Amino acid sequence: MVNGLNLAFQYLQQFSVLVLAAVGLAIIFGIMGVINLAHGEFIMVGAYATVFGYHDLGLPLLASMGLAVVVTAAFGFVVERLLIKRTYGRLFDSMVVTLGLSLVLSQGMLVLRGTSEPSIPTPFGTITYGAFSQSLYKVALALVAVGVLAVVYWLFTQTAYGVRARATIQNEEMSRALGVTTERVYSQTFAIGSALAGLTGALLAPLVSVNPTMGGTYLVKSFVVVVVGGPSVVLGTGLSGGLLGAVDAGVTYFYDQTMGSIVLLVVTVFVIRFFQDGITGFVERARDRLAAEGA
Amino acid sequence: MSRKGVSRRRFVTAGGAALVAGLAGCSQSSGSGASTDGKSSGETVKIGVLEDRSGTFALNGTPKWQASKLAIEEINADGGIDGAQIELFDPDPQSDNSRYKQLTRKMIQQRGVDALWAGYASSTREAIRPIVDRQDQLYFYTTQYEGGVCDKNVFAVGPTARQQLGSVLPYLREEYGPKIYTIAADYNFGQLSADWVKVLADENDAEVIGEEFISLDTSQFSSTINNIQEADPDFVMSMLVGKNHTAFYKQKASAGLDVPIGTSTAMAQGYEHRRLEPPAMENIYAGVNYMEEIPSESNTRDGGFVDRFYEMFPDAPYINEEAQTNYFSTYMYKKAVEQAGTFEQPEVKEALESGISLGPEHAPEAPEGGSIELDGATHHVDHHMWVMKADAEHNVEAVKDEKIPEKFLSETVGCDLTQEDEETQYTPRDYFEEAE
Repeated sequence: MVNGLNLAFQYLQQFSVLVLAAVGLAIIFGIMGVINLAHGEFIMVGAYATVFGYHDLGLPLLASMGLAVVVTAAFGFVVERLLIKRTYGRLFDSMVVTLGLSLVLSQGMLVLRGTSEPSIPTPFGTITYGAFSQSLYKVALALVAVGVLAVVYWLFTQTAYGVRARATIQNEEMSRALGVTTERVYSQTFAIGSALAGLTGALLAPLVSVNPTMGGTYLVKSFVVVVVGGPSVVLGTGLSGGLLGAVDAGVTYFYDQTMGSIVLLVVTVFVIRFFQDGITGFVERARDRLAAEGA
Repeated sequence: MSRKGVSRRRFVTAGGAALVAGLAGCSQSSGSGASTDGKSSGETVKIGVLEDRSGTFALNGTPKWQASKLAIEEINADGGIDGAQIELFDPDPQSDNSRYKQLTRKMIQQRGVDALWAGYASSTREAIRPIVDRQDQLYFYTTQYEGGVCDKNVFAVGPTARQQLGSVLPYLREEYGPKIYTIAADYNFGQLSADWVKVLADENDAEVIGEEFISLDTSQFSSTINNIQEADPDFVMSMLVGKNHTAFYKQKASAGLDVPIGTSTAMAQGYEHRRLEPPAMENIYAGVNYMEEIPSESNTRDGGFVDRFYEMFPDAPYINEEAQTNYFSTYMYKKAVEQAGTFEQPEVKEALESGISLGPEHAPEAPEGGSIELDGATHHVDHHMWVMKADAEHNVEAVKDEKIPEKFLSETVGCDLTQEDEETQYTPRDYFEEAE
């Protein structure tokens, strides 16, 4: 028997995890053209910073999450200055560098903190309906995911940084000629993408087991979302998180987790085959065609 | 033309190198042969210990490695085995099965180890077992496992599923009722353990009303939790494995799922009751041969096993179930060598097969309590098993304990390695209709 509420909760959870995991990657890839294979490890760093704030420093949970965002933003800034900026325009080099970075980060964390971290309690309690019960934290997570998309949209459309960033994507040389310090745009963007990965790690820390290799789980998911989403960062991530979350949650509900992951990848293959620029690329082309017909 | 010449020269060089390597191999193995029959002081006995200190199983492997070190240090300080000091080879296999195979070959062929301890996962054991068998290497596998390995070279001295589940499942059936929901990791260990749940359910007049296999990289359990709530079982049997699956206990607590859970994997191996915030492990019952909290005499007294372990490794987080198995099996090996009067592996195997026991009169070797016997015919151990219950504050107490012999190989299969050499793993499906 189908239980609508169970399915809805399942959907909320898949949607929020996919969107949160992908949004930082989407920004860094969409604006800088850098494929960050260490994205999962940035999420891991965020989760560790949260555990560190909560258990080692004794901060409240919310403050620990704030600390995680600050730490990963600073970390991302330093990584961009030291490593990433040397690979601009060389896609494959950036992949090799970030792959190496991901290995160093996960093994380094193992050396530094050992094999496992103490857990963080899940806030907000439980909601019960009939024979079933759910953690309310999942609802909060979905709200935060939507909120993050809104903030990112505001950042890129309403601020001076956003204008410079979009100018840099469209034509880097022209932007430089017009006085945009594209180097600074890049390091700011990488720091913002890292901060969002850190936020994701912080938000997931109360739900999953925090360990040095946890990043790998999220890297594939976030790539799938970004590729399916296409060039538009906010709309693409939102739509593709919505679509893939529904597929994953639905199949997982009616079959099991393994089947959910399989169907998720099959759908991804189909989307990439038929809409080569992802969902938003398809929408854009359709809009261009309409405009051309109208003219 | 010239290419041909080069290739011929290369061939000759390579052949020469192989010849030299072969000779080196011979001299090395004869060297280790010389060390094996000597017992005068100054001689050494070579032991290989491959336990994961990094990678997926680092959490479970590190205490195993530490316990081996403790036993070896104690034995060496006490004069060694028959006067020979133990020389330890212990590279880190990093939870990687191809590395395990490579290191196992190296241990046997280059180091010439007299005995080998290796591996946490069942998949690792199955990866290296062909190598062990080809070389007739004396091998101790110390993890609790699904059971059924009848192999002339393998001493599987951890408790089996029939022993672990056979202690906890009947207890929960008695306490809570007959309806069981099984959740298990989706690989050979989990699948076979789930089959054992069905066999034991049948024997104890219970019924498996739901079964779910979960891949090792899953860490979101909301659908599983809803499925359990929908099925409404009297208790759950959980054979989840690894750090991703740890999240299940956390998530079931935060979702308010409060059905009792029996397990052969949680707490005793990955010490979840120490790592997770209470009350994640509330009402969880582990069927185990050892946990740090069992109230056995050699465990709790001053200067007992727990004290000695933490004296050597003050920063260790926990002494897990497998650590104890590594510990007592090292003493078991010592006893067998002393009985055989030689390190030669065929003789030591024969001594082990004569039935070695460890216990109170030989303390400190068997911290799990009472006495334990190695069954020579099956190479398995009749263990002292405990049912350990965690409360809302994660305090763990023993609610039941009993001696449980290994019954599947001895009674059902009829494995007798003293009479016939075998290298087989038997599964419950071969013998029980209920398991299908």
